[in-house]
Amino acid sequence: MTVLSVEGLSKTFDMHVLGDTQVVGLDDVSFDVREGEFLAVVGESGSGKSSLLKCLYRTYDPTGGRIVYHGADELADGDAGDGIDLAACDDREVIALRDATIGYTSQFLDEIPRVPAVDVVARPLREQGVPAEDARGEARELLSRLDLPEALWEAYPATFSGGERQRVNLAQALSPRPTLLLLDEPTSALDPETRQAAIDLLREYVGEDTTVVGVFHNTAVIEAVADRVVVLDDGKLQRVVPVADFEGEVVG
Amino acid sequence: MTLLDAEGLRTVYGDGCDRCLDATGDRAGTNQCPHCGSVVACAEADLTVRAGEVLGIVGESGSGKSSLAEQLALERDPDAETDGVVRYAGHEGNLLDVDYETRHDLRTGDIALVHQHIRDGLNPEFTGGGNVAEKLLSAGWRSFEDVRARVRELFEATEIPVDRMDDPTSTYSGGMQRRVQIARALANDPELVVLDEPTTGLDVSVQARVLDMFRRVQREKGVAAVVVSHDLGVVRLLADRTLVMRHGRVVESGLTDRVMEDPHHEYTQTLINSVI
Ligand SMILES: Nc1ncnc2c1ncn2[C@@H]1O[C@H](COP(=O)(O)OP(=O)(O)OP(=O)(O)O)[C@@H](O)[C@H]1O
Ligand SMILES: Nc1ncnc2c1ncn2[C@@H]1O[C@H](COP(=O)(O)OP(=O)(O)O)[C@@H](O)[C@H]1O
Ligand SMILES: [Mg+2]
Ligand SMILES: [Mg+2]
Ligand SMILES: [Zn+2]
Repeated sequence: MTVLSVEGLSKTFDMHVLGDTQVVGLDDVSFDVREGEFLAVVGESGSGKSSLLKCLYRTYDPTGGRIVYHGADELADGDAGDGIDLAACDDREVIALRDATIGYTSQFLDEIPRVPAVDVVARPLREQGVPAEDARGEARELLSRLDLPEALWEAYPATFSGGERQRVNLAQALSPRPTLLLLDEPTSALDPETRQAAIDLLREYVGEDTTVVGVFHNTAVIEAVADRVVVLDDGKLQRVVPVADFEGEVVG
Repeated sequence: MTLLDAEGLRTVYGDGCDRCLDATGDRAGTNQCPHCGSVVACAEADLTVRAGEVLGIVGESGSGKSSLAEQLALERDPDAETDGVVRYAGHEGNLLDVDYETRHDLRTGDIALVHQHIRDGLNPEFTGGGNVAEKLLSAGWRSFEDVRARVRELFEATEIPVDRMDDPTSTYSGGMQRRVQIARALANDPELVVLDEPTTGLDVSVQARVLDMFRRVQREKGVAAVVVSHDLGVVRLLADRTLVMRHGRVVESGLTDRVMEDPHHEYTQTLINSVI
């Protein structure tokens, strides 16, 4: 079953401050994602990978096309099976979808400095109504699986290294077990050992109920986790291939 | 559920003329009418707030944020000419037109305002506890024991040392005074809190703690909030959706992350770029 259908998605930025220039982020991108699939997005720097994820999460307002999402049909007001067009639904619907089913990690973690790592990770669970101690327990489990030293669990991520923050980021995105998970370079700052821990965790968490669209640079990671690979080039979809056909190609 | 629904809110300082609206705003580049000299502090502002939601209002100094926020909090400024409609869940009609008593009840119970100035709304000679208790008393609380217990609870929730409860508010630090304002605002379990520049006058490290505390309490209680700030970081941390104001008008609105990362309006782009 198709859980996400991206149809002719475009994003153009109108830069009023730079003499009204236009920057093309995405140009007429179309692909489908099947339920439970792990889709890797690759491409050179500036090819539109982050723009794609941000359009799906609606941090960017798409300027053209549709993003039909079937992961929350119970929240849709049309006929069952029509899905929700993430490119067109209103802000309140987006908030409801984010709360209930869509997770996202950016390359950067912006949390209030005084919140301990374990609470950052537990927060989405708390917001779903999970009791504080259960949520913190789940958070500790995730942080330990990602090899974050126990001494850091109660410390503030503001002081963490890039790789430590990235693990907090990833754990936070995984904790509520979203239906659709959007990951922007979740392993880029990790050393090989920690990266392996992250891969193991992703493979385990991402089962039938979770669909992932993730930007990755590392071929080994892609081979270990992805089912298919979307290749972007200069804002356009170059091709979508099964991971077996992607093997051996050089990324970005 | 929509809690508050505001339409066409306007605050004008001065006598006004029939050209004020055309001659002010974003395109005119000013909030002062060149024909009559009146200041159109805010106009044509429409917004809604849902139960439990946080709405941010950003804009440079003088853009009309406080004027708009005061209308939402049903605060009347005798110097201003105001217009517009504020509808509120569970109440009939336009709240801007209600009689004195109804307005007083709404402001004691349903809608609370935390003022921009750190000491506004606080009596520095009262104890910190007394300032919070006053709000309870005006809502009809009478038992001394109950009031003490509730004040203690509010001190704990807003992270003010309970052992300072009986000290004069004037002996509190800026951060503690801000917390007393917030404790007071939360005293009667309002459905909506309007916070005007919650970090003004606080050190950066104190700011972070006050915001963190407010965010926690806001979520735990499920209270809706309107957060006004010239500081994008404050709104980014707290608000689900954000309005951008300039020259007395709302020029852009949307999901907070969208407004910050994909600003559409020229002014918002300038504002964001000047921070990054
Ligand atoms: N908020 C924005 N405002 C203006 N232009 C943007 C914005 N975000 C992205 N772009 C532009 O869109 C294009 C695609 O950028 P994007 O961030 O999606 O690339 P990317 O593939 O994620 O690159 P990287 O590998 O470096 O992270 C670039 O030309 C970029 O400058
Ligand atoms: N009491 C007042 N008398 C006259 N002008 C006022 C008064 N209060 C505010 N203004 C004017 O209204 C405009 C908007 O002010 P305000 O709402 O306080 O802006 P902000 O909170 O965004 O800084 C400004 O031009 C300000 O000088
Ligand atoms: Mg990127
Ligand atoms: Mg102000
Ligand atoms: Zn005029």
